[in-house]
Amino acid sequence: MHAYANPARFLSLAKPLTFWFLILGIVMIAFGSAYGILAAPADRLMGDSVRILYIHVPTAWLSMGGWTSIAVASIIQIVWRHPLAAVAARAVAVPGALYTALALITGSIWARPTWGTWWVWDGRITSMLVLFFLYLAYIALANASSEKGGVSRVTAIFGIVGAINIPIINRSVVWWNTLHQPASITTGGSSIDSAFLWPLMVNVIGFSLLFGAIVLMRMRAILAETKVEARLRRMAAE
Amino acid sequence: MGLYRDAPIGTKSGTVEQEKMKAKHQRLTLVLLAVAALLGASLLAAYALQGQASYFYTPSDIAKKQPEAGQAIRLGGMVEEGSIQRGADGVTVKFVVHDGTSKQPVTYTGITPDLFVEGSGVVADGKLTDGGVFVADTLLAKHDENYIPRELEGIDMTGKQHKTETLVQ
Repeated sequence: MHAYANPARFLSLAKPLTFWFLILGIVMIAFGSAYGILAAPADRLMGDSVRILYIHVPTAWLSMGGWTSIAVASIIQIVWRHPLAAVAARAVAVPGALYTALALITGSIWARPTWGTWWVWDGRITSMLVLFFLYLAYIALANASSEKGGVSRVTAIFGIVGAINIPIINRSVVWWNTLHQPASITTGGSSIDSAFLWPLMVNVIGFSLLFGAIVLMRMRAILAETKVEARLRRMAAE
Repeated sequence: MGLYRDAPIGTKSGTVEQEKMKAKHQRLTLVLLAVAALLGASLLAAYALQGQASYFYTPSDIAKKQPEAGQAIRLGGMVEEGSIQRGADGVTVKFVVHDGTSKQPVTYTGITPDLFVEGSGVVADGKLTDGGVFVADTLLAKHDENYIPRELEGIDMTGKQHKTETLVQ
C-alpha cells in the first residue's frame, strides 16, 4: 500500500482509472435507469413510483459506504500516517454529502404517494438526515484545517467518531418501529423481485463507479492544489 | 512486521525502526480502544432509546401501556383482512389494526393513501376514545420490504404474506 504513498505513482494509476470509472459509470447508470424507467414493470401496490428505487437505493447505500471509507481512511491516517489517506477522506466527503442529499430527496418524493407524506421523523430518516449534517460538518472542518492537502488529526477523529451513525442507520429499522420498511436485500437474500433487482444492481455498480471517479478526480485536484501551493511558496521564498 | 522485529538490535537503524513500530502499535491500540468504547456507548444509548425512539406504538404496546383516552398517540400495524368498512359518506373508513397478537379498531375520516389496502401496514396519528376505538386524524401507509411486479400479483404468494418484521413480531 505504501507503494502508492508516492503521489506521482498514485497519479499515474489514478488518471486512467478516473476515465474508465467515469465512462463505465455513466453508461451503466444510463442503461440501468433507462431500463428501470421504460422497461421494468410497475409495482403491485406502488405502481410507477417504484421506479425511484433505481436512484434511491444506490445513493443511500453509497452515502453510508462513503462515510465508512472516511472512517477507514481516518484510521489509516492516524495509525499508519499514510500521506494519501487524508487526501482520500477529504475527497470522499463532497460526493458523500451529494449522495446523501439525493437519497433524502428521492426518498421524500417516493414517500409522498406511497406513505402519504413528504417527511416523517422516524429512526431511519432522522439518522440519514444526521448523516447529511455530519458530511457538511466534516467538509467545513476539513476546509478549515487543511494541512498539505490532507486534513488535521481533529478532522480524522471526527471522521472516526461520526462512523457511529452508520450502524445506527443500518439497524434503525430493526431496533425501532419505523415508517421506513426494513431492508429488502440482506445477506439472507432479496425480497425484491428479479424484474426490479437486476436493473437496480446495474445502477448500484454504475453509481459506485461514478462515486469512485468523483473521488479520484477530487484527489487529483487536491494533490495538484498542494503542488501549486508548494511552488508558490518556493517562488515567494526565492 | 516480523521483518522489523528481526532487525539487529543495538544498531542505530534497528532501534529507530523499533521505536517507529512501537509508536504505530500504540496508535493502533488507542484507535481500536476508542472505536470499541464508542461502539459500546452508542449500543447502550440505542438500547436505552428502544422504547422512546420508536415512531409508533403497536396494538400490543397499547394493550400493555393502557394510554388514557384523549392522549395523542401514534398507532402502527397491519390492516386486518376483511375489516375495512367504508362509510355511507364516502370518506369515513372503519378498520381493525393488528400486530399478530393484539387488535385495535380504528376510524378515520379523510382520503386514504393508495397503499391503504387490507393486509398492508398503516401508521395513524390520533387518540383513543372511552369506548376503546382509535380515532385517527392522519393516516399513513407503510410499505413493506417486498417488491412485486403487477403481472405477478396473486401468483407469487410471498408478497401476500407481508412478513414485515417491524409490524408482526
